[in-house]
Amino acid sequence: MAAEFELTDEMRAAVGVESEPWPVEITTTSVRAFARGVGYTDPKYYDLDAARAEGHDTLPAPPCYLGTPVFIPGKSDPTFSGPRNTGPSIRHGLKGLLDGGTEVVYERPLKAGDKLYMTSKISGLEVKESKGLGKMLVVTSEQTFTEQDSGDVVMRTFAQAIYY
Amino acid sequence: MPKFADVNVGDELPTLDKAPDRAQLVQYCAGSGDFNPLHWDQSFEQAKQIGDNIVHGRMKWSTLGQVVSDWVGGSGWVKSVSCQYRGMDMQGAAWQAKGVVTAKREDGGRKLVDIDVWTENAAGQKTTPGKAVVVLND
Repeated sequence: MAAEFELTDEMRAAVGVESEPWPVEITTTSVRAFARGVGYTDPKYYDLDAARAEGHDTLPAPPCYLGTPVFIPGKSDPTFSGPRNTGPSIRHGLKGLLDGGTEVVYERPLKAGDKLYMTSKISGLEVKESKGLGKMLVVTSEQTFTEQDSGDVVMRTFAQAIYY
Repeated sequence: MPKFADVNVGDELPTLDKAPDRAQLVQYCAGSGDFNPLHWDQSFEQAKQIGDNIVHGRMKWSTLGQVVSDWVGGSGWVKSVSCQYRGMDMQGAAWQAKGVVTAKREDGGRKLVDIDVWTENAAGQKTTPGKAVVVLND
């Protein structure tokens, strides 16, 4: 818990800076793994024949599956699997972390075979006061996913992380 | 399979009953890439403080996506899903994922349905309220 916490110029300077792009893949195997993890029973996320029977040419990606960032030891985060050090980070020193909220907006449905690039940026920093947690830093971030071939944006995500 | 003309504000989507245990959370770790020990390691300090491993917030968010995906079937696709994390759910505890239609509209030639979605624990608290938008084919 932080009794005192102030935004610094260094923190403010990180807002809006886009990270380097990182490759993200959607494969038949990764779609099945995600669908199992959530507990889907709809066969179109597992069985190519079931997917085709519904008019898909391969397995569609379930909503909220954001693809799998390519994992490179030493460059990827061993716990959360995403890329590290591809953009500015906020050195705030707060130890506690809560997930505040998540949103995904698709421009088209995603499917196995999609190869994307992801970039991320911090879009907002706000210090809030909580009775239980004291001073909190709310970090709002945006991720943009583009097709590797065309550069077209196919998906955006928005997330709030709360540090305390 | 919903058709736009037949969808009405107030329509309830079929409820999903969930009680993901630690083994299920490990499967979600594998599928999502989020291996935070808070969700699978009972000896992890934060899990000991809370009393148990807790369900990933993003697993509950993804389950809100499942409620909508199961409802829309092959009749369209899910355009967006959002939620806020308001409360924790312990591994093994029962909760439900629900949805209700709040609006239908046409935008740029697309037939859109707005849906309120949420997870609800056994005490009736909405631990993960959110919104979804679906595009229907016809």
